[in-house]
Amino acid sequence: MSVDTKIAFDQEYIKAYSEKCQEPKWMTALRQKALEKSENLPMPKPDKTKIDKWNFTSFKHDVAGEAISSLDDLPEDVRDLVAKDQQSGNLLVHRNSTPVFSQLSNDLKEQGVIFTDIQTALQNHGDLVEKYFMKDVMKVDENRLTAVHAALLNSGTFLYVPRNVEIEVPIQALYWQEDPEAGLFNHVIIVAEDNSSVTYVENYLSYGHDVESVANLIAEVHVGQNARVTFGAVDNLATGVTTYVNRRANVARDGKVDWALAQMNDGNTVSTNTTHLIGDGSYADSKTVTIGRGSQSQNFTNQIFHHGQNSEGVLLVHGVQKDSASAIFNGVTKIEHGAKKSNGEQTQRVLMMNEKARGDANPILLIDEDDVMAGHAASVGKVDPVQLYYLQSRGISRQEAERLIIHGFLAPVINELPIEGVRKRAVEVTEGKVN
Amino acid sequence: MAASTLKIENLHVSIEGKEIIKGLNLEINGGEIHAVMGPNGTGKSTLASAIMGHPKYEITEGSVFLDNEDVLEMEVDERAKAGLFLAMQYPSEVSGVTNADFLRSAINARREEGDEISLMKFIKKLDGKMAELDMGEEFAQRYLNEGFSGGEKKRNEILQLMMLEPKIAVLDEIDSGLDIDALKVVSKGVNAMRNESFGCLIITHYQRLLNYITPDKVHVMMQGRIVKSGGAELAQRLEAEGYDWIKEELGIKDETVGQEA
Repeated sequence: MSVDTKIAFDQEYIKAYSEKCQEPKWMTALRQKALEKSENLPMPKPDKTKIDKWNFTSFKHDVAGEAISSLDDLPEDVRDLVAKDQQSGNLLVHRNSTPVFSQLSNDLKEQGVIFTDIQTALQNHGDLVEKYFMKDVMKVDENRLTAVHAALLNSGTFLYVPRNVEIEVPIQALYWQEDPEAGLFNHVIIVAEDNSSVTYVENYLSYGHDVESVANLIAEVHVGQNARVTFGAVDNLATGVTTYVNRRANVARDGKVDWALAQMNDGNTVSTNTTHLIGDGSYADSKTVTIGRGSQSQNFTNQIFHHGQNSEGVLLVHGVQKDSASAIFNGVTKIEHGAKKSNGEQTQRVLMMNEKARGDANPILLIDEDDVMAGHAASVGKVDPVQLYYLQSRGISRQEAERLIIHGFLAPVINELPIEGVRKRAVEVTEGKVN
Repeated sequence: MAASTLKIENLHVSIEGKEIIKGLNLEINGGEIHAVMGPNGTGKSTLASAIMGHPKYEITEGSVFLDNEDVLEMEVDERAKAGLFLAMQYPSEVSGVTNADFLRSAINARREEGDEISLMKFIKKLDGKMAELDMGEEFAQRYLNEGFSGGEKKRNEILQLMMLEPKIAVLDEIDSGLDIDALKVVSKGVNAMRNESFGCLIITHYQRLLNYITPDKVHVMMQGRIVKSGGAELAQRLEAEGYDWIKEELGIKDETVGQEA
């Protein structure tokens, strides 16, 4: 069976949708051009994962989410995702890609912080969005799916932190796909101007199990000079959702980005997390934990490109594969010519819980400069039956023993995630997947 | 708690198709400490692993009963919950799981849901037992056996023994690699367990440990069977004279498995 990867939306539809959203003209034009390009661009080709049979076309594009009057109107499990210290803080909730709750403290507003859904940002801060939207960090025409993303964008967040503004409490965005058929084309832009700092946490959540849908997600992060962005994510989309996600940052001189990614989707997923360390002395730390289960297939590429001198990048990925799940983990450290005194380290560890689970780690170091440090460690292994025997010999059931081993395997990463809310949620989701 | 009995009859055990234990009989009652001695390669550790249900060992014949329960029909965790314990010669390391969390899971596995041990009670007990074994407080929060020295691992096995309070414990070469001070500490731990409802099988090839833990019965293993049994005096004679006199008495040339005379 060959799957048609052409989407069933035409220029007329895109134009009408953009106008309905009252977008600036440049955005309507960008969408239309993206749609046109998408028809001739190739699909992305994740290394060692075949995606030609995956569903990228079956979804509903324009699904309205019912408004809420307060957070109490949200179902409990969705409300639980809202970090406790956030309830009077800075929060944006999307329901089927419709923004239904938005809150930013007056203090931050007064300092010039913008934190709003992407449609509102396009209407109120069109010029600012235009400056950053798929210009430097991501490009529309990288492949068919990035172009489709731009054409069909239906959700997103714009976070702008002016110079010298340091935000202490995390800013959270929640994307709840209540309708299992609703497709999500979510675009996050974070701009941290020079000397600013911010922590952003995003949660993706859907139920509906096998119902087919698509999530095509992009986050673009601009880290200014000496700015610091901590980016946390907990992905928890259902089995039927095919996810294509790009999270990418450009980091200026002495800037710093920390990624804390708990990638707990139950469906097929291609994820790329990329940092370009452009300025001298820039720094990136990328941590990922994931659990594959059922028959899902996933491909993770975590990469750091060193352009600036004295730039430093650290990648750490721990993945567990259960049942007949399979996953490919590509770790890429690229040190460009001229990035003297740079240091790139990466570690990937994969644990398979049974015979049918598959995992593969590909550590890749590409170094075009002599005066650097770089290192990698990768391991892929099956759970040790003697370890299970040891735990069971103390009366612990097989299931509980596996649970302890999985928690133990992920703990070195989870414990180091820089955001408490993400840490806690990662443990909870792990718990749900292990039992 | 009434005393239990572990009864092993005509046990045959193979590993990868090779028979290691060839018809072994042994009965351990609560209140008794037995020692199984013998040179290397005679099947002592295989006996310990087979009783607990190590995945590599296959029982081809015979039976093991704990009171009226058929041990060989049980999963490994069920054996533990029935009251068996094995202090292992080479305990596994489990990264990311603290000693304390592991012990609490193990204790709660034996209790009904809703009747879990309270955190306070658990900590109090753990602190007490660790003090008895001269273990520093940091052991509670270290990952299970990870980076432990040989001696620390052995102590940790005895800590688990004391925390879990089994009916019958098998100690597999708990003395190997221990210096004399550690040996005394470990022995103290085992002696503290001694009571009418606790039965113990100590596997060793050094008599040294038995200076500190006096056994009620001593058995000598050769060629995958128990070839001689006696009281504590048997261990002393073995220490003084070695195993040759037994081999001579029984007409055994090579005591290791697979070398039957």
